[in-house]
Amino acid sequence: MELTGAEIVVRCLQEEGVEFLFGYPGGAVLNIYDEIYKQNVFKHVLVRHEQAAVHAADGYSRASGRTGVALVTSGPGATNAVTGIATAYMDSVPLVVITGQVSVPAIGLDAFQEVDTVGITRPCVKHNFLVKDVKDLAATLKKAFYIASTGRPGPVVVDVPKDVTMHKTEFSYPKEISLRSYNPVIKGHDGQIKKAVQMILGAKRPMIYTGGGVILSNAAEVLNKLVRQLGYPCTSTLMGLGGYPSPDPLFLGMLGMHGTFEANMAMQHCDVLVAIGARFDDRVIGNPEHFYQEGRQIIHIDIDPASIAKRVKVDVPIVGDVGEVLREMLKLIQASHEKPEPAALKTWWTQIELWRSRNCLKYDTSSLLIKPQYVVEKLYEVTEGKAFVTSDVGQHQMWAAQFYPFDQPRRWINSGGLGTMGFGLPSAMGVQFAHPDAAVACITGEGSIQMNIQELSTCKQFNLPLKIILLNNRYLGMVRQWQEFFYGNRYSESYMDALPDFAKLAESYGHIGMRIDKPGDVEGALKEAFALKERLVFLDFQTDQSENVYPMIPGGKGLSEMILV
Amino acid sequence: MRHIISLLMENESGALSRVAGLFSARGYNIESLNVAPTEDETLSRMTIVTRDSDEVVEQIMKQLNKLVDVVKVVDLSEGLHIEREMMLVKVKAEGIWREEMKRMADIFRGRIIGVTENTYIIELTGAVSKLDAFLEALETGAIIETVRTGTSGIGRGDWVLKV
Repeated sequence: MELTGAEIVVRCLQEEGVEFLFGYPGGAVLNIYDEIYKQNVFKHVLVRHEQAAVHAADGYSRASGRTGVALVTSGPGATNAVTGIATAYMDSVPLVVITGQVSVPAIGLDAFQEVDTVGITRPCVKHNFLVKDVKDLAATLKKAFYIASTGRPGPVVVDVPKDVTMHKTEFSYPKEISLRSYNPVIKGHDGQIKKAVQMILGAKRPMIYTGGGVILSNAAEVLNKLVRQLGYPCTSTLMGLGGYPSPDPLFLGMLGMHGTFEANMAMQHCDVLVAIGARFDDRVIGNPEHFYQEGRQIIHIDIDPASIAKRVKVDVPIVGDVGEVLREMLKLIQASHEKPEPAALKTWWTQIELWRSRNCLKYDTSSLLIKPQYVVEKLYEVTEGKAFVTSDVGQHQMWAAQFYPFDQPRRWINSGGLGTMGFGLPSAMGVQFAHPDAAVACITGEGSIQMNIQELSTCKQFNLPLKIILLNNRYLGMVRQWQEFFYGNRYSESYMDALPDFAKLAESYGHIGMRIDKPGDVEGALKEAFALKERLVFLDFQTDQSENVYPMIPGGKGLSEMILV
Repeated sequence: MRHIISLLMENESGALSRVAGLFSARGYNIESLNVAPTEDETLSRMTIVTRDSDEVVEQIMKQLNKLVDVVKVVDLSEGLHIEREMMLVKVKAEGIWREEMKRMADIFRGRIIGVTENTYIIELTGAVSKLDAFLEALETGAIIETVRTGTSGIGRGDWVLKV
């Protein structure tokens, strides 16, 4: 049967088993929206800004492991979506973003709401397509879902001109697709894996360093087995938190710029480092020259060959899916007669415990002001560690990462690579759609929340009972912290004046707002908020303005050069 | 070190801009780049000449391979290969220049393919170094216009870059 392009788009999404389409209508996608109106297989979620549509699809994907889908119109619809697309790209989140485009004959003529979407998005997508012929539409969408979700995942943009949505063609959705130019390596090289295992078992000061790849490859379970089998210390990047249970004694906490003293010191002084789905980025190892000063052998497992040996030299590179490779490794380790040398390991752990006893995350618990760390700790207690937590970007993000010990993957959702303020609220919406009965908290700051606060309206329309944990210090806190440390206390444009009354603002959107001024009220307010299971509660915590995130590795410094409290 | 990277990519609109965009976005330098369809009309072949450390070139190769449209990538400089570039030079050919230019073209095995009262157009093919040497050998002021194709390369012997 012949279908129009618009019908084909809708049918393809149905065939892919899409549950939620996050979007915003406009001229170029009206035909598609007309077909959405006529169907009830998937649900369309109307956001209030295209950036939020992509962040919501992103949050949905990170929390569910499925591909997120967004639909926006041409021109400004597409440009507004770019921040969301770049956010997903930096964190390797599988998304398919369908953008409307002006009709094919109008392309290049500076038509109304025309923009070169393929050109603009090229540097921040895994791949993109402009569909000029309706005959290519179904196969292109199939390719888009395939490319987005396989290998190192990422966002794929499909640009669909308006006339293509009107033209008709025979519809058949390909069951499978293969691309001669795209064949991600899944299975690791046997010889390399053997070599790595020998190196691991021979280590005297081993360290396991995990990243977002563990989450993306659903490898948390096998990672846990491997780490426990070895009894080696384990750390994680911001993106990998929850991959290994944070409360476990083998876990040294997050590493990097705001990582723990013990994690960073162990990373610097280990003799064998196993990097798993992590990429040695600047926020993790700081200055690579400083990192080299202590020699260590590095095993690097990653599905993306381009991530290996990009910032540091690697002794044993293993290209492949993290889960697959770890399963192979575990088999070999369990079968091996060789065991790690107990005396060396004991000495290493003694050293690590000494570092750990530095208690680098301590803060003043006797303050009369609300400490932001305290709010996150109480949030952990009240939610029994079971909440999905999204965050925005800045100090609150780091405190969330440090003080909410995630023990499962896909519970911690934040913009790690791009550092997108405004990510927290819309991504939390996506998380809540993926897990309607779960407690979902968005930890945010008064700067970040205002970058997508209009989504409170979306939350009302779809009855999303999010809990917004605003750590309100009236400063762009991370900017203020850098200005305090490195710019002689010159707080240039980092103070937030004329803030709204957030509680009242939330109420005007139809939600419940609370303002909390005293430490003694924190726990009660959180309990009250989470008891309101059907309602969005906006908790405005007035926190200590002068609090800083510690430890901190200043830019350009090495892992062992932390500023400590 | 100078590397000649040769690649096959899907012959689709925008494929070239993905490669060019990659080089500019990641700050890799391009000495020359040329691209044209192959005997298989679904594929284009591109030759990129770049100069950088081995680590950077390894990263360039990986990043190129990562592009979804790129089917195959090789570094021709790693093995035996032939490289050629074609150049068209418009030179002054008046008075004493006229005989001199003819002689220079002959010495470098160039061909004069355009003649007017005042100018010649000389076609010259060879490795980059030969073309550079020719331009250096010409007297300053003799050159009116130059156009070069950039390097094309192919592996020697039985080795073939194909899908």
